Amino acid sequence: MKIEVKDAPGELVAALKPISEVGGNIIAVIHEWDPTLRSKTRIVQVVLDVPGERVDGLADSLKSRGVSILRIGEERLLMKRSVIMIGHLLHTDISDTVDRIDQTGFAEVVEMHMTMPGITQRSSARLTVSATNRAHMETAMEILRSVAHQKELLLVEPLEEGV
Amino acid sequence: MRVAILGLGSVGRGVASMIAEKKLGITVTGIADSRGGVLDPAGIDIPAVLEQKRATGCCGDPSVTAADIVASSDYDVLVEVTPTNIQTGEPALTSIRTALSMGRHVVTSNKGPLALHFTELMDLAAENGVELRYEATVCGAIPIIQSIQHGLAGNTVHAIYGIMNGTCNYILTRMTDEGLTYEQALAEARELGYAEADPTFDVKGIDTALKCVILANTIWKNGVRLEDVECTGIDLLTVEALSLADSQNCTIRLIGEVAPEKGILRVSPRIVPKKHPLVVRDTLNAVTVVTDMAGAITQVGKGAGSIETASAIIGDLLFIRDCHAGSN
Repeated sequence: MKIEVKDAPGELVAALKPISEVGGNIIAVIHEWDPTLRSKTRIVQVVLDVPGERVDGLADSLKSRGVSILRIGEERLLMKRSVIMIGHLLHTDISDTVDRIDQTGFAEVVEMHMTMPGITQRSSARLTVSATNRAHMETAMEILRSVAHQKELLLVEPLEEGV
Repeated sequence: MRVAILGLGSVGRGVASMIAEKKLGITVTGIADSRGGVLDPAGIDIPAVLEQKRATGCCGDPSVTAADIVASSDYDVLVEVTPTNIQTGEPALTSIRTALSMGRHVVTSNKGPLALHFTELMDLAAENGVELRYEATVCGAIPIIQSIQHGLAGNTVHAIYGIMNGTCNYILTRMTDEGLTYEQALAEARELGYAEADPTFDVKGIDTALKCVILANTIWKNGVRLEDVECTGIDLLTVEALSLADSQNCTIRLIGEVAPEKGILRVSPRIVPKKHPLVVRDTLNAVTVVTDMAGAITQVGKGAGSIETASAIIGDLLFIRDCHAGSN
């Protein structure tokens, strides 16, 4: 989100307050200096994590405080995790496996590399999953575990630090 | 300090020869293997017994049994190093119970009795005012139990995880380095004596699972059992999977993990960055303990081997000697 705030003490903090009020999480605040801008204002880029249904309420709240919103962009998928699946991936319908993640609406398979050494041999694939946050990623992994169990595939997950 | 040794396989021979060689003030008064035994309250001539074992396959008199050795009164510590039985824990379980009930300390490398009856055996040791120590059951030469119980005393342990089986680690290292198939790497591990003729215990993750059970009971005293461990081995891994991991600067290792706060008790192949401290080569083991005060501590070392396991057994023996003056 790119906003324009008055260049005065306390203005930025006041402008960011509505974000926490709607349950959003501020990930980064980047000040941009632009000499062509009107004096007494600053452009600030805010990277935040906020549930999609609360974005409109946030925009209204900011406007009511006199903050100009220059742009609201949406980068939905913040987390990535790669897993490896081994087994009869094609015979067990790999596109169905991918669909089960994509259908969630909060996670999707964004990359896949697959090797098939022989028609009767087990194949191996690396799937990269993106999700909106850690909890959603965990849910996506649960789905993959369940699919792997059901289709008798071996799922190799990354070791998470500090388990 | 007088000790009796049950089991004269690779570990037993390593312990006996190190006791004879290192002049640690330890006298061996009884030794038995599955085929016979020898008793001498004045101290056994260890090199002679080892030579007899080598030449005949039996360490002494066939009429002397392990039970006779345990019942003998001429030892302070029973060193129980017979093979692991994960179904019943026997015959080691009975030997350990008997020795503890008689007020004798026990040092063992045997995972079976501990994984099956941890709480009962520790309670029995406590009731009789003796020690039951088992450093050699987990990660061979790495002093992980000592570290947790003493070096990290007072810390809250959040999790423990790592590579606890050298056979699996060797197979995965060879598959990664040389592009060998699982079957080829396993055959090589067998030729080198790292894998048993029946490798199921190692490659299915059961050995690692037993170690996780022992660690969990040691740290959290939570009474978990082998059947509580979610266990996946390495036998279905493909060389292509390792190569897919490699293309992201990662590799695959068999990891045992225990984190009760998160409900985790599992053994599974995992993708690990190559630069991760747990990524060790060949038959090495590596284990990380995550604590509140000390943070994460990783130890790396040899997970098996005759002399390396003897290091853990002798460490336990000398701990008992130092903490129980009456045992001298």
